[in-house]
Formats: sequence, structure tokens, C-alpha cells
Amino acid sequence: MGKLFDRLNEDYRFREGLNACINCGTCTAICPAAEFYKYDPRIITDTVQSKNEEAIEELLKGDTIWYCGECMSCVTRCPRKNAPGLIIMALRSLSMDTGLFIHSEKGRQQYALTVALNNNILNYGYCVYPRTFKYKSHPEYGPVGKWIEENLEAVHKKVGSNLDGDGPGILRKIPDEDLKELKDIFDATGATKRMETIEMYSIERAKALGMSREEYLNHIFTTTLKEHHR
Amino acid sequence: MNINGKKKIWSEYQKEIPEDHYFYVRSCIRQNFFPASEKLFLEIVRERLSLDFFETEHHTTCGGIAYHSDTIPQETVMTIVARQFALMTEAGYKNYVASCITSFGLYTEILDTWHHFPELESKIRDYLWKTTKREFQKPEYLAHASDVVYKLRNKIASQAKYKLVNKDTGEPLKVVEHIGCHYSKMFPSKGVGGAEYPYVLTGMIEAWGGEIVDYPERRHCCGFGFRQYLVQANRGYSISNTHKKFESMAPFKPDMIITNCPGCPYFLDRWQYVIKEMEGKTYGENGEGIPVFTYEEVAGLVLGYDPWYLGMQMHQTAVEPLLDKIGIKYNKEEKYLL
Repeated sequence: MGKLFDRLNEDYRFREGLNACINCGTCTAICPAAEFYKYDPRIITDTVQSKNEEAIEELLKGDTIWYCGECMSCVTRCPRKNAPGLIIMALRSLSMDTGLFIHSEKGRQQYALTVALNNNILNYGYCVYPRTFKYKSHPEYGPVGKWIEENLEAVHKKVGSNLDGDGPGILRKIPDEDLKELKDIFDATGATKRMETIEMYSIERAKALGMSREEYLNHIFTTTLKEHHR
Repeated sequence: MNINGKKKIWSEYQKEIPEDHYFYVRSCIRQNFFPASEKLFLEIVRERLSLDFFETEHHTTCGGIAYHSDTIPQETVMTIVARQFALMTEAGYKNYVASCITSFGLYTEILDTWHHFPELESKIRDYLWKTTKREFQKPEYLAHASDVVYKLRNKIASQAKYKLVNKDTGEPLKVVEHIGCHYSKMFPSKGVGGAEYPYVLTGMIEAWGGEIVDYPERRHCCGFGFRQYLVQANRGYSISNTHKKFESMAPFKPDMIITNCPGCPYFLDRWQYVIKEMEGKTYGENGEGIPVFTYEEVAGLVLGYDPWYLGMQMHQTAVEPLLDKIGIKYNKEEKYLL
């Protein structure tokens, strides 16, 4: 596995995000996640700057690194120019690259996110695409959202979209040659490898639980068994 | 509150914004949920103000939502962004304007990282060449679309049909603004008014006749949190943060909310509906919600566009209470007419 701190330090976000934490706790005071979850960005930052390999491995295996919302409120307020949000991004990447994400309930959710977002990008060229954003999975979309879904083409035509149409415009069809470029970028820069790593660990986990791929995806998308909240 | 003191500090966070000749890129979330806002933005700049804003069908997502959900590596998102810059370069533009705050924050972060680590920029240029045979110049100017509307706010005001004023009392409407975390929390100098004294939306509201409400949780996140909304099991995080903002703004009795981020208007709109369903609680007058708008929608209303042309039938929280306060004419029967 190599020294985890050294691997973290290869990540540009880690180098930009970690200067010298003075443990003042300002990041925790401003953090929306710290109010909701049992989460403390000050402790995360202090742990990684300690270079304690065992403690870092615990972070990579645990739920806490997945509590951050990456709003970056901490970046504005840190008096020593640390960026706990960037440190979190480096920790999450290493957790996925090493397969340690599979040890935590929140980490395992990465499979559902990867399948949804990366397939939207590769298949349609958008992170969010209306034909895959379903009211059933998003009841907060409300009755209006249900009406939009049931009348998707007509609603978008009415408000001026170019849904799946040629040429520029709102929700146009991204040409195939551009989607191919995105796929080539994914292959060359590590996104495809990340997807394969997450898939491999997740399918193993699903098998161990006696679930099909679809049952496992639904399980991690909808269910939390552990108490994560304050 | 010492308004003069705040205005002095705000003035230190101004930035020069070019008016014309932009390469325009769209927002994934806004195209889904507030599509007419992008339509109106281009209509205002191109047709009303005769400015040059170019769009190509070959641009794609910047990958920002996936990046901040940690499903793609930094080098992947940087190469996708480099490809967008290459499209700008090929089209002959130097000013780049993003419709999305997540994109704007990401572009700002990437340009800053390349500045500090030029070897990484070289690596990304290699990736881009190997995968697409494209090359790029970095933008000379990077704007968010709200920066452009802020710059043009007085020209829009000069064509206004309505003001953000209560037609019965003659008082300015009380407006809550929400600029979105990634507009300026990471790089305060890149946003009008910075992160602490946000002025990009405030400037619009003042120019169009309204009055901004300063409330304790003005700068608090809307609650998107990427994975904290996108995974159903995590949505308690999202609604709890939105709830905190509404509880904080409620005593000030705002008439409306204006936003410039893609996700924020969705969450501030939809979670109001959910809070009403869960707790029976509403934050506006007469058991209604507080209407939530994009800045283009507000510009469209003051310019006299029909609310349904502006896509306001796609909101869950009804906008009619605000339309009635201003005295905007609309046809109730046509709201859901297709």
C-alpha cells in the first residue's frame, strides 16, 4: 500500500489544503456537516498532519471522511489558509484507490454515485440528465416534478429547451464525437480505472451479502443502518 | 447595522467585468430544472443589448458535480475543462462565461492550481492532446453569468416595466439573496463582494428597486452537499441545512429569494415543499412559501416577460404571491398549459 501520508502528499489538493493547522476549530464552527453529522474537520486536519499511519488508515476505512458536503465554507474562514475540504477530497480519492472505502457505510455509497453520475457523463455528456432523474428516487421534486416527468418533452418545448435536439441550446444532444472524446479522457486520466475499482469491490460485497447488483445499488442508495447524526 | 461601513468594505471586492464577446457554457442542473433562465440570459444579452455571446453544441458538462461527488479524479475533470477551453480557443474567444457556480468555482480552482503547479498544467495539456488532438489558451477573463447580469443591471433597469416594489404600500420588496458557496468561498477576490459581503445579487436587487435582507445565516450553505443530496439516504443533511436558513430568515419576513447557483434555487424551493409536508410549516405569508427565483427570472420579471415564458411553472413553491405584490399581470389558467 505504501506510506499513506506520502500517497496523500502526491495529491495536489492535499498539498494545497494542508499548511499548519493550529487546531483553533474555526472550520468546525462554520461547517454545515459538523452541525449535522458526528464530524469535526479540525480533527481530520490534525490527524493527517500528525502523519500517524494507523490513524490515517482508520480515516480511510471510516465513515467520517464521507460526511463533508464540499461546500468549502472552511476555506474562507481558516486563519492559516488550510482547506479541510480539499484534504477530504484527497482522503476520499485514496480511500477509493486503495479499496478501503468498502469498509464504511458512507464510503460504499460511492458505487451508486459513480454509476449514476459517470454514466450520465459518458452516455449523454451531462452530470444530470432529465431522462435519468426520476421522481420515484426524488420525491422532493414534488407534484410539479412529477408533472414535468410525465410531460417531459412538452414542458421543455414550452420553456424553450432543445431536448435531445441537434445544434446548440438547452439539453441538446451532445454529438457522438464529443462523447467519444469524454470516454477517451476518462480512459487516459484515471476515471475509468476508478469506476472499475469501485465496481470490483462493490460486486464482491454484494455477493457476500447475497444481493444482485441492482439490489445492492438500491440498498446503498436508500439505506443507512448506522447512526451517523449528532 | 452600519450600512456605510459595509458599503466601504464591499467596494474593496469589486472586479472589472467585460461586457461583450464571451464564450458561453451551460449548467447541467439549470438546464434540467431552470432551463428558461439560460434562454432568457441569452435573449437579454443578444437581442435586447446586442452583445456577442457564442455557444457551441460541442461543449459538455464540466464534470463538476461528479468531481465534487468524488466519482472522477482531479486529472479527469481538469482535462474535461481543458477541452472546454480548447473549444473557446478554436472559436476565437478570450472571455469565458459559465452559467453554473460549481463550474465557475471549479474553473477558478483549476486555473489557480495550474498557476501554483505548472507541471500539472503541462500534464493536462498532454492528456488533452493525446485524447482529442486539441490545444488551448487559458481564458483572459473568467466570469459567472451573474457577474455579467450584475454588470448590465442598470441597462436592464433602464428597460424595466416593473420595479421590485409592493404595489399597495410603495415599499421596496424585502429580498433574501443566496450566492452559492462555490461562487466565492474558495477564492473571495473572484466574486463581486467576496464571500463575506456578497454584492453580485445585492447590486441587481438595489438597481431593480428592492431591498436586501441581512440575516444571520445569509452565508450558510443551501444544503446541496453533492453526495449529501444525490444519495437518497443522505438527504437529511440537505433538508436540515435548508431548514436552518429558513428558520434564520423567517423573522425578517422576506418577500422573495434570489439565487445565482444552479442547485440552491432547487433546494430552497423543493425543501420548502417537503418541510410543509412533514411539519405543516410555511415561511411566507398566508400559509404560502417564500418564492425562490434565479437572477435571470427576476430580470425577466422586471423586464415584463410572462412568468410562464420564464419557466416559473417548473417551481414547486408558487410564485404568484410575489407576482401579485408587484402587480405583474399573468394568466392563471395558462400556468400548466402545454
